[in-house]
Amino acid sequence: MLAQLLPSLTDGLLLGFVYGVAAMGLSLIWGVMTVINLSHGPVIALGMFATYLLFTHLGLNPYLGLVAVAALGMLMGFVIYGVAVHRVLNAPHLSTLLATFAVNMIIIGLGTAAFTTSPHNIDFPLGSWEIGPLTLPATRLLATLGAVVITGALYLFLYFTRPGKAIRAVANNRRAAELMGIPSSWILALSFGLGTMLAAVSGGLIATFFPFTILSGGPYELKSFVICVLGGLGNPLGALLGGLLLGGLEGLIPTFMPVSWVPVVEFGLFVLVLLVRPRGLLGAK
Amino acid sequence: MKRQSLSLIVGLAALALIFTVFTSLSPSAAAPETKTVVIGFTASQTGKLNVEGMRQINGVNLWIEQVNAAGGVKLPDGTALKFAAKFYDDESKKERVQELYTKLISADKADFLISPYSSGLADAAAVIAQQYNKIMITAGAASDSTYKKGYTLIYQAYTPASRYLTGAIDILAKLDPKAKKVAIVYEKDKFSTDVVNALKAYAEGKGYQVVLFEGYEPGTTDFAPFINKIPAGVDAVMGGGHFADTTTFARQLYEKKVLTKMVALLVAPPEPKFAELGEAAVGVIGPSQWESLATTYSPETAKKLNIEWFGPGVGEFTAAYKSKYNEDPSYHSAGGYVAGLLLQQAIAKSGSIDTAKVKTSLDAMNMLTFYGQIKFDTEKAHGLQIGHEMIYTQWQKDDKGKLTNQLVWPEAFKTAGVNVYRTK
Repeated sequence: MLAQLLPSLTDGLLLGFVYGVAAMGLSLIWGVMTVINLSHGPVIALGMFATYLLFTHLGLNPYLGLVAVAALGMLMGFVIYGVAVHRVLNAPHLSTLLATFAVNMIIIGLGTAAFTTSPHNIDFPLGSWEIGPLTLPATRLLATLGAVVITGALYLFLYFTRPGKAIRAVANNRRAAELMGIPSSWILALSFGLGTMLAAVSGGLIATFFPFTILSGGPYELKSFVICVLGGLGNPLGALLGGLLLGGLEGLIPTFMPVSWVPVVEFGLFVLVLLVRPRGLLGAK
Repeated sequence: MKRQSLSLIVGLAALALIFTVFTSLSPSAAAPETKTVVIGFTASQTGKLNVEGMRQINGVNLWIEQVNAAGGVKLPDGTALKFAAKFYDDESKKERVQELYTKLISADKADFLISPYSSGLADAAAVIAQQYNKIMITAGAASDSTYKKGYTLIYQAYTPASRYLTGAIDILAKLDPKAKKVAIVYEKDKFSTDVVNALKAYAEGKGYQVVLFEGYEPGTTDFAPFINKIPAGVDAVMGGGHFADTTTFARQLYEKKVLTKMVALLVAPPEPKFAELGEAAVGVIGPSQWESLATTYSPETAKKLNIEWFGPGVGEFTAAYKSKYNEDPSYHSAGGYVAGLLLQQAIAKSGSIDTAKVKTSLDAMNMLTFYGQIKFDTEKAHGLQIGHEMIYTQWQKDDKGKLTNQLVWPEAFKTAGVNVYRTK
């Protein structure tokens, strides 16, 4: 049992970092503009396909390709915000929910037409590293490293740059921020762009080790919701810890029971946290 | 008076002559009537089953092209039957299959049906075929359970799931007589579950210990939780499901450096595309319905077995497929072709396209083709394939380090000995 626990837990935690990045995007958008972005999953899938296309057509190393994927993700966020979110931002929550759901359906429809729903795969094997009793595929380790770098960069951006501080100010009190001369529309668009950028980049990281289809973002979107609730909705750094917690659980549960029980426990926990501590384990910001 | 009767006789004779000439020139007698038989099916052109699904359609289309080029099937009344395919993309979804098969029968007037790829989809189509009194040949559908539901018009081209992976246990016994522990990780769908249940029973019957028996959801991409559960010192890892998931499973087994004597997985290994895994493919064994290497399926063998031979030879089929599609055929391609071939022979034998008559021919069928022997159960599990046998392939490296798929089992057909997967 113990021999299985260590590799299983390590695999889960490594994956948890990537979950964390995906969830940070969702959490950031909620935190700044209280919008539940239902186009989150398809954007993750688009990140996977962008990395794939850059790799197969331009021969770009998938890890270098992530820079381009991040830029495209940001641009995509601006477009989605401008077209679907900005005008309904002050309407009841249902409007933004439906607007982003419409974007979700459009992306899936176009993606299915362009790529079909057949699995795609980035063939970029980097071998495995053996550390003691653990055998860790290099792609997963690099994805973890990528996730840590991205989280660090996001933290520095939010806490030490003017636009980052402006985002936090708008998240805190939009009207007060506007009174201080912060252009809230631009900041909201930037936040949405950052959120989708994180989703796209996490998709790019996942694509380096798992095959994917245009529908592959769905499960990660669901996991992102659970993570946001665990870490506190609107708290991007809490999302990373939530991701680690979820990844850890995914590693831990199969040691004691069949793997098919993982979602049961995950969503059971989701409901439990909502009931007992609705602000999340770390509290929302 | 005499003159009048003479002219009458001459006139009547002339009329009779003209009538005879005209009747002999009538179009029906001049050229045989040509009738088009519509073969309806759905195909997974997209979705998770698209690799196998596309190969199957290629096989069916090649058969149609060849049978039509040879003048079609001639009926005793002189009618020449030509074949035309009518098909839709089922997106690998069960709910689309039933809707589309109803459309194929009602709107497109399909005369015969071929199943979609995979047991789940074929089972969904079987209900519709039986309801509308249409014969359906199932290709790419190995599950046994479809044939235990009392259907009388569904005929299976594949070796059933219950005999799909049991040979892997025999290979293991040959590879290492001391081997005892087997781990089984499988896709939780109809076909794979049928296969591994039969495999588990067979393995335990032979004294093996099944140390892990766990299913994964269709569409799974992360196999780490399952691989971590495989105990150290396991002698063989078996299972898998369909192409997409099994390929990922094989890749992750390699990445996680699992040490075992044998890896035998369903569906994916015999596919030429599996070689794209590179090093991760080496040593992986897969059960196959057909391989171009199995040249022992020949008219000579048919003569020895005292059964009828029908259709092209193994080499002929392989060459025709390669020249049309510019790729090697897999067993999915051969399965599609043979589904058409069975119908062709049954129609020719019955001299009709009437469902009841063709059914009688299929029930009595026992023949050898390039794909192997074909014979159907006509009793308890009507339509279940009882003639055809599985063969096993293994990806091995040749002298130049190039990956080749070798036939390793049964002994009678083998082109190379079995290699150990990886033990250090």
